[in-house]
Amino acid sequence: MSKIKFATVWLAGCSGCHMSFLDLDEWLIELAEYVEVVYSPVGSDLKEYPEGVDVCLVEGGVANEDNLELIHLIRKRTKTLVSFGDCAVTANVPAMRNMLGGSEPVLRRGYLELADETPQLPYAPGIVPELLDRVLPVHEVVPVDIYMPGCPPDAHRIKATIEPLLKGEKPKMEGRDMIKFG
Amino acid sequence: MSVRTLTIDGQPVAIAEGATILEAAKEAGIHIPTLCFLEGVSAVAACRMCLVEVEGISKLLPACVTQVAEEMVVHTNTPKLQEYRRMTVELLFAEGNHVCSICVANGNCELQDAAIKVGMDHTRFPYRFPNRSVDVSHPQFGIDHNRCILCTRCVRVCDEIEGAHVWDVAQRGTAAYIVSGLNQPWGEVDACTSCGKCVDACPTGAIFRKGTTTAEKQRDRAKLEFLVNAREKHEWTR
Amino acid sequence: MDLQELLEMGKQERDRQDLKQTRIRCCTAAGCLSSGAAAVKNSLEAAVTVANLEDSVEVCGVGCLRFCGRGALVEIDPHRILYEEVTAENAPAIISALSGEERNQEGLPVQGDRQHPFFALQMPIVLENSGKIDPERIEEYIAVGGYQQLHHVLMEMTPQEVIEEIAKSGLRGRGGGGYPTGLKWATVAKMPKGQKYVVCNADEGDPGAFMDRSVLESDPHRILEGMAIAGYAVGANYGYIYVRAEYPLAIKRLEKAIQQAKKYELLGSQIFDSTFDFKIDIRVGAGAFVCGEETALIASIEGKRGNPRPRPPYPAESGLWECPTLINNVETLANIVPIIREGSDWYASIGTENSKGTKVFALTGKVCNTGLIEVPMGTTVRQIVEEMGGGVPDSGTVKAVQTGGPSGGCIPAEFFDTPVDYESLLKLGTMMGSGGAIVMDENTSMVEIARFYMEFCRGESCGKCVPCRAGTVQLYELLSKFLDQQATHADLEKLKALSYMVKETSLCGLGISAPNPILSTLRYFSEEYEELIQQDSLNGKVTV
Repeated sequence: MSKIKFATVWLAGCSGCHMSFLDLDEWLIELAEYVEVVYSPVGSDLKEYPEGVDVCLVEGGVANEDNLELIHLIRKRTKTLVSFGDCAVTANVPAMRNMLGGSEPVLRRGYLELADETPQLPYAPGIVPELLDRVLPVHEVVPVDIYMPGCPPDAHRIKATIEPLLKGEKPKMEGRDMIKFG
Repeated sequence: MSVRTLTIDGQPVAIAEGATILEAAKEAGIHIPTLCFLEGVSAVAACRMCLVEVEGISKLLPACVTQVAEEMVVHTNTPKLQEYRRMTVELLFAEGNHVCSICVANGNCELQDAAIKVGMDHTRFPYRFPNRSVDVSHPQFGIDHNRCILCTRCVRVCDEIEGAHVWDVAQRGTAAYIVSGLNQPWGEVDACTSCGKCVDACPTGAIFRKGTTTAEKQRDRAKLEFLVNAREKHEWTR
Repeated sequence: MDLQELLEMGKQERDRQDLKQTRIRCCTAAGCLSSGAAAVKNSLEAAVTVANLEDSVEVCGVGCLRFCGRGALVEIDPHRILYEEVTAENAPAIISALSGEERNQEGLPVQGDRQHPFFALQMPIVLENSGKIDPERIEEYIAVGGYQQLHHVLMEMTPQEVIEEIAKSGLRGRGGGGYPTGLKWATVAKMPKGQKYVVCNADEGDPGAFMDRSVLESDPHRILEGMAIAGYAVGANYGYIYVRAEYPLAIKRLEKAIQQAKKYELLGSQIFDSTFDFKIDIRVGAGAFVCGEETALIASIEGKRGNPRPRPPYPAESGLWECPTLINNVETLANIVPIIREGSDWYASIGTENSKGTKVFALTGKVCNTGLIEVPMGTTVRQIVEEMGGGVPDSGTVKAVQTGGPSGGCIPAEFFDTPVDYESLLKLGTMMGSGGAIVMDENTSMVEIARFYMEFCRGESCGKCVPCRAGTVQLYELLSKFLDQQATHADLEKLKALSYMVKETSLCGLGISAPNPILSTLRYFSEEYEELIQQDSLNGKVTV
């Protein structure tokens, strides 16, 4: 049996969803029998998102140029894209900066107004990715196949979502156990 | 008192004349979702969650204010109603800044419950991210307009039960917001008796009791120093 | 006042007018005033004095002369010469032309063609006095038979008979809904005796609509008389006119009219020595479109926030301060006096099978002749737009006409042979509405039109119910996405789904009808939406 090509991605989020993923504990060993982890901040050390990925969990909202480029690449190279956690599904806490109305006021607030000493705006083109004006949930940028809300979704929910996918089935995202936000 | 008999989702129900469809459904053990409805204060039919289909009537009717009629045939959960309810909840989430993970009402919120009930795993409408304020001028309570869904339960409970009428609605359309007194900070409104009924009435985390927010939990700044001393200098007491 | 005194007063006024050979009528409704009508009237008066013609020439201010796009308008009796785009500088020439000798002299303004279909196809019933009498003088209203119908119903008809007469006339609500007026009156009349109210809804707010304003500015007493007759018919002794603050001139003239009517005891206690009392007060709206919705209007009169509430109970049952309340639109009430005077059979003989009488339209937009027109129901859209309106300027092509304002829809040119009545317009997916008729030419983007109305509804939603408050915002954003050429086919589906949702779930008429401009343009001009859709790429569309 060929293994499913599995990826996880961390965009603008706190990595809490990935921590929760690691809470799958010994089931991770079972999972490893079914999947080949081809890209993941917690499961592989590959820098380039590969082609032909079957399932990808995307944590985080789309907040900067890098996120934007990566999410398009992911969409192009992935069969089933799972919006993983509230930041991916709603943009959540990272998007609270959207209330300031643009990247410019956000940077000014963070690096000038709130600076204790040597206030200066970060500027390193090609090294530090530019902020987008708004942090967006993944589905506002590319089509999403499955939404797994939660901040973070707990290990049970992650397992219940992944398990059917391993069998090529769509998980049923219904009820408090599966779709409660927060 | 005369009695009316009707059918709700195929189930026969008998109830006193003058009762609403919502009451009749409750009697029959059928749950109709609501958000602005609050037992004990007047119904305003504003959230449109409780809309039902009645055979022979082309319009959808709000169950909270529509009186039962003899031989009425009501459907509370048709695919169309399910879809419209989900859209209503999605519109609410997209309209405000409902960040469940940092909300005092997380896990105890009627909007969150409604989202689960209607099967909302995401909203199809772009979030608006409005710039709304938080008023914590009251010594005991606070209001976070980011989380307000304008159900006006607070307005009604304060007016109709406490009799203080501290709350009302200002502006219109998407600019509408709950206002205290004559658009004063809540803490400066003399009419407020600090009874806390609005806190209890609020379906979301918009009106809350102070001290329950994450930002206000007590911090023990000296703890780090203690740990360092314990490890390095073997001082085990503070 | 009794009938004798009323007739005497009318006669005196007619005699006074007959003393002068020439009556120069200057339009002093808001449209012409904005084109300098006040200065025109002043300089005409001065020119009369200079020419020493005070004994034979009278200059008076009158209501709307219809051809609003060509103001300021001046009409001269007895030959009914209409001058267009008159300025103060034209006054001496106009006066010297009165002698008939210097007709072609320079300085004379353009003379209007009274035989033009714009005028010829009109049938003035609501506007019968408009442009003829001075709205600020009750004497002139009485001189054309004013308040005689009030006397007639009080003395010779039972309330029941009045209602039957209105019902038989086939008059339907002119505010847009088209509810049978007689039925509405009968419902209020049938409520148990006690405090009842009559409310005149003068909160006209549709963009491009100014029929009610013109009626109020041109013939305010007709509304007062109509309300008093309605009050007698339904058993109400108090009336409110709810008029928007944006109509200061209408308010001023109404106030003046009420004062005059009170002075002559045509309003007040024991009118014409009968047992009927009727008082009228004005309530000025503060600029919310939603207050034209009857339950919001009631809340506003009561001093509360102008929010609609669910119906039932309908105002006829429980309205102002929970009393039975009759709410009629300005134009509806303006029809009452002629119906009583000429009889219901006469009125019912005008119009189509289900829509009787005339309808006043404010004809505007990309059309040569803009202004107020009153036409019999059943007049075709083509007659209105092409014959009366004269089509699009610079020989452009008419694309559609929008009726019903933000609640209505558009009638595309291929349906212009449709006769205008309540049902036929509904069948086309639009509505009669209050009477705004905005003509659009081939350069008009229908998606942009839809967005314009959605912007209006978004701003005017009271914010009470979720679909209207939040739904109109999202509909607006979706339409903008189309206009920014960022939309996908999925957005088109979303636009439709949300439109139906807002339509079916909103609390009041504003939200229920808000998606109509979208649905209507989607129905006839869906290709315009399609053209704006970006090629759906594999990755969907980025909106950053």
